[in-house]
Amino acid sequence: MADIVARNVRKIYNPDKRYPVLAIDEVSLEVRENEFVAIVGPSGCGKSTLLYMVAGFLDLTAGEIKVNGKPVEAPGPDRGIVFQHFALFPWKTVLRNVTYGLEEQKIPKAEREKIARKHIDMVKLTGFEHHYPSQLSGGMKQRVAIARTLAFDPEVLLMDEPFGALDAQTRGVMQEELLSIWSKRKKTVLFVTHDVREAVYLADRVVIMTARPGRIKEIVDTKFAGYKSTEEVLESAAFAQKTHQIWKSVREEVDKAGPLDG
Amino acid sequence: MTVRSTIVVLWRYAPIFILLAAWQMASELKFVPDSLLPSFFDVVHRWLEFLADGEIAKSGTFLWDAVRSFFASTVVTNTAASMWRGMVGLGLSIILGVTLGIAMAWFQKLRDFFEPIVMISYPIPKPALIPIFIIWLGLGHISKIAVIFAGCLIPIVISAFNGARGVDRYLIWSARNMGTREGKLLWRVVVPASLPDILSGIRMALAISFILLVSSEMLAAKSGLGFLIFFLGESGEYAGMFAAVLTITLLGFFADRAYLTIMRRILIWREE
Repeated sequence: MADIVARNVRKIYNPDKRYPVLAIDEVSLEVRENEFVAIVGPSGCGKSTLLYMVAGFLDLTAGEIKVNGKPVEAPGPDRGIVFQHFALFPWKTVLRNVTYGLEEQKIPKAEREKIARKHIDMVKLTGFEHHYPSQLSGGMKQRVAIARTLAFDPEVLLMDEPFGALDAQTRGVMQEELLSIWSKRKKTVLFVTHDVREAVYLADRVVIMTARPGRIKEIVDTKFAGYKSTEEVLESAAFAQKTHQIWKSVREEVDKAGPLDG
Repeated sequence: MTVRSTIVVLWRYAPIFILLAAWQMASELKFVPDSLLPSFFDVVHRWLEFLADGEIAKSGTFLWDAVRSFFASTVVTNTAASMWRGMVGLGLSIILGVTLGIAMAWFQKLRDFFEPIVMISYPIPKPALIPIFIIWLGLGHISKIAVIFAGCLIPIVISAFNGARGVDRYLIWSARNMGTREGKLLWRVVVPASLPDILSGIRMALAISFILLVSSEMLAAKSGLGFLIFFLGESGEYAGMFAAVLTITLLGFFADRAYLTIMRRILIWREE
């Protein structure tokens, strides 16, 4: 069982300084086991902040976050994260990047290489094991990052605009691959994006956040049952309607945020 | 080396050959008097003499004597003395400088303490320290090593500090996310991530070490290439003085080339 529960979470940046910033306020959210939840909202609404607090990188000012029933205190490999700009170790090869987490988990060398190669194969990068990140394209780097995170088998997958730095074609391919991986290896996913279509397409539920301070505005069910293929979902009236509804709701918040928060 | 790559290298250094030819011509045509600028060939001739002047007690075995004589020659003994000082001084400054720079970036207390000291030491013209170190530490190796150490330390501290401070926080988060504990972050992420900065700081220090080496040896020493330059100049032995300058030039050039090659190898992962 791996669920995420956030209760009355608040985050203030620079609380002791002259200009404290209330980034997130009164956020309560439950992500069920193996559920795929996307968070959308205008820039600066604190959606990444929320994700970093679940990951344990940032402290909460108030409230609590529990993963798997345990309060989050520090980062840990039970919650794997994928960042927008990949954050691969540039001095390590693809293989060594993927084995890193396994090494920290004290998995024996032969076994971690086997696991790493399996995951490199899963993201279709076989043959690139000994390349350095600087020799790869953006899409390939993000595949490595996904392989690296899935390799140490976290129960929760946190994704911070993972496809935001990729071109449109690559993004489409990566979204499909993520869904296919996720359907084979169910995980609880919290996925931050500013791309509404992406959120509706990937997630079971989409959380819409308000302009700063980020609060939860509404949560929309975006599970599409009874379709045979992705194509069919994407072309359906229901998909278009949901996307439009959420897009309008986010747009209101973007307008509220005003030019300063652009 | 293939014929082709040999030609490429020769072509790249062609301007130097032209300069040397111009030097020789200027002497041949008596544009400059020998007392101001001895001809290039005279300098090379003197340099070869310095290589062959090793005085040893003959053992009778020709090859063995040749080897021993080579190592007892003016060029080799003085180069060895200089290199020893340079390498020890630079080596110590690398060990302490990298450690201190990274520690300052990581521990606020250390930064608060050392930052003003580094800042005040930075603008001191390091050759000004030479007389002080000679008074304190004498005419031997130690005073030169100390000068080089002091001069190379600051640029290395600063580059290691900047490198370690500039480490992308997402890399650190990534490592912590995968289970790297606080105590191991330095070694597993911060040090490799700051390597490019550290290595270019060391390259700068390498150049500084040559400047300080020669100037400290010129001021007060009983051996070394700087001493040789000064001593031969004083005695009006200009061809010999230029031969010593030539030696230090070659040494500096090859040291930098060798360092660059090693640096490129270590940083093979970096994007060009």
